[in-house]
Amino acid sequence: MQVSVIIAGFGGQGVLFAGLMLAYAAMDRDLYVTWYPSYGPEMRGGTASATVVIGDEEIGSPVVLHPDAAIALNIPSFRKYEPLVKPGGVLVYNSSLIFEIPERTDIQYVAVPANAIAAEISDTRVANAVTVGALAAVTGMLPVEALIETVDRHIPAPRRATVLPNQEALERGAQLAAELLKQSSPSALPHYER
Amino acid sequence: MDEQIAVVNVQEQLVYARPRALTEETTNYCPGCTHGLINKLIAEVIDELGIQENTISVSPVGCSVFFYRYLVLDGVVAPHGRAPAVAIGIKRMLPDRVVITYQGDGDMAAIGMSEVVWAAMRGENITAFFVNNANYGMTGGQMAPTTLAGQVTTTTPEGRDVETMGMPTRMAELIAGLPGSAYVARCSTYDARTIRDARNAIRLALRAQMAEAGFTMVEFLSACPTNWGLSPQGALQWIKDTMVAYYPLGEIKVSEAVQRLKTKR
Amino acid sequence: MAKELLKGNIAIAEAALRAGVDAYFGYPITPQTELLEHMSRRMPELGRVFLQAESEIAAINMVYGAACTGAWAMTSSSGPGISLMQEGLSYIALSDVPAVVVDIMRGGPGLGNIQPSQADYNQLTRGGGHGDYRCIVLAPATVQEAIDLTVLAFDLADKYRTVAILAGDGLIGQMMEPAQLPPMRERSRTRPPWALTGARGRPPNSIAAFGLEAETLEAMNWRLQAKLQRIRQTEVRCETWLVDDAEILVVAFGSVGRIAKTAVREARAHGIRVGLIRPITLWPFPYKPIEQAAAHARAVLVVEMNTGQMVDDVRMAVCGQAPVYFHGRPGGSVPVPEEILERIVELSKED
Ligand SMILES: Cc1ncc(C[n+]2csc(CCOP(=O)(O)OP(=O)(O)O)c2C)c(N)n1
Ligand code: SF4
Ligand SMILES: [Mg+2]
Repeated sequence: MQVSVIIAGFGGQGVLFAGLMLAYAAMDRDLYVTWYPSYGPEMRGGTASATVVIGDEEIGSPVVLHPDAAIALNIPSFRKYEPLVKPGGVLVYNSSLIFEIPERTDIQYVAVPANAIAAEISDTRVANAVTVGALAAVTGMLPVEALIETVDRHIPAPRRATVLPNQEALERGAQLAAELLKQSSPSALPHYER
Repeated sequence: MDEQIAVVNVQEQLVYARPRALTEETTNYCPGCTHGLINKLIAEVIDELGIQENTISVSPVGCSVFFYRYLVLDGVVAPHGRAPAVAIGIKRMLPDRVVITYQGDGDMAAIGMSEVVWAAMRGENITAFFVNNANYGMTGGQMAPTTLAGQVTTTTPEGRDVETMGMPTRMAELIAGLPGSAYVARCSTYDARTIRDARNAIRLALRAQMAEAGFTMVEFLSACPTNWGLSPQGALQWIKDTMVAYYPLGEIKVSEAVQRLKTKR
Repeated sequence: MAKELLKGNIAIAEAALRAGVDAYFGYPITPQTELLEHMSRRMPELGRVFLQAESEIAAINMVYGAACTGAWAMTSSSGPGISLMQEGLSYIALSDVPAVVVDIMRGGPGLGNIQPSQADYNQLTRGGGHGDYRCIVLAPATVQEAIDLTVLAFDLADKYRTVAILAGDGLIGQMMEPAQLPPMRERSRTRPPWALTGARGRPPNSIAAFGLEAETLEAMNWRLQAKLQRIRQTEVRCETWLVDDAEILVVAFGSVGRIAKTAVREARAHGIRVGLIRPITLWPFPYKPIEQAAAHARAVLVVEMNTGQMVDDVRMAVCGQAPVYFHGRPGGSVPVPEEILERIVELSKED
């Protein structure tokens, strides 16, 4: 079984780091994982993305056209990935910045006011973690506790001050998503709780 | 204070417009990057001299790889460092056109050192605009020949060690030392005065080329806030306080022929 | 040692360090620059030589010089930089000295772009520079394999005193994957007898990639060819996957090899009998394994991130036993499993 996620937003919104949280958490649980970023100068101020594929068997393609899930942190990313998410998949989006009206009926939308929640915690730099927490809770692809543990284990010395805010952000995102979940049906994506 | 509403008869008078030789498209430079300003100054002078339709540009590989599009001129992109050679090819075929190169410090002073030295040695009638931002901008901030002693870059994590990497290259002085160079100046764009000086240097270099005086070069100390890790304002300040100390501004070489042009106006 | 989440470029640099590289010379170019940057920090830490060259022309010739002293030297680059190195590589090839080159391929021709590509296949596998020579070319499909093949590249370069090239692409260089690095290898630092060290107490050694007289150069060439023939006979490597009963044989290398794997897996789930051969040594090319697998195949599909280069080698290997089809994407576009699957399904419907 395999699950793919694309995370996208402006360079500076922590897209690559959001993907790394998932990748490290998967590795810590002995799962196979690939993380592939958009790279190069187009990232300066432009749109950045990271593709993460997690599985319990060797991963073939690290490149994905139709992801099982996507996180959109800004409007261009929402517009790009809304049509690409696999039917039955999930689109988590940052409703603090995205006011688009969802168009599809065959995917699950999770609106997370990530910037607002992040600002309550510390500042908007942890908005990415809020959406990752929400994604984990909605899809069950990784337990939120695994992500919380991973952040502590892998954030290196010079950035230790960001551990707690990131952990809180993951938790807040997950709580919000859990409440939303009660109102709708749970996602059919595979779980890898090892 | 009394609030007064004054009714003034304003006659519309155009005092400033985008140079015709400058594109209307949004450039891909970072906020606070002075490549854009230097592009604009060159465009202004091209307008002023009325040579837009007579000028051919040769772009480098680097952050200004789109120079050929940002300036509304005929233009070509050369391989990394080879702009002078490509420009010479053009100029030798079309000697009455104005041919300019626009090159970064990695492009000209590292990989392209041979090409620019030979252009100057032979006194080729082309003008090189040389943008010194003390690093390789495009590839993410590695050491360039112009990186200052002790300056931290992604390939000098402990700061540039001049024991092993040598001293930073002063291109303007080096080119000025060659027999075929006619006009060499070093400028910057960190305040109104340096911007005005830069515009004057660009103008004189292009006029010198049109007078067939020999090889001309204008060096610009340019801000790269992204890779320097500074704010746009902080980057300009760093040029003024730190770069200028090693790279003095001013005219480094003015040949007699160019001196005559200068007085002629 | 535990697995770490490693970026391809960093993994290759670290593997080279641990394999025992003595000197690194390089020049920035995307998408391999992290390799250079990692070396700029780690080589001085280990008391080894790092130098950022003024160009790739300089870098490869610095490698040549270091290699002449018996050191293990390497460089890394991409597209335009690899092209600039071809003269130097041609010299090294006839000089019988070891060197390792990493090519993290990007879109071409010209400045092209910085996205992943496999369009240097012909340049790398045919020699690339002037004259009759080949380099060993290794193509990793995962970060782990990039590590393993980097170590192998040094061992093969040393064993045969030749150029070994690690041929990755932007995808392998930029992606991260859990992988395990080897321990730091202790290797003896004695200089080989052919090395240039100063002719103290022995007759002078000389290294020259030239032979003025026709007979001299011919003899040198035959000697080089004999060495290359030994490499052809002993160093072929490829991965074969589900080929035993395969009616359709997919051939793809490097990152496309792994992308094709996803497509093959899905096609199998649809009940299509399809298998994969993934050349690991692009030179020497696995002609035999492909010839054998093609003997019972109905069709062969070659997938590449270019407009068709390895396909020529596959045609030579298949030698008319089955029709050979091609699917490719040039210019830095990466093929996705869906489009490969579509081609497999199409082929499975033909009779
Ligand atoms: C032969 C070759 N080597 C390396 C590169 C990669 N490369 C692209 S831009 C660049 C450096 C640009 O730095 P600089 O000339 O200082 O210009 P800046 O971006 O700072 O304006 C390099 C090394 C290339 N395109 N071609
Ligand atoms: S990286 Fe530096 S030189 Fe390049 S556009 Fe940004 S600020 Fe300008
Ligand atoms: Mg520069």
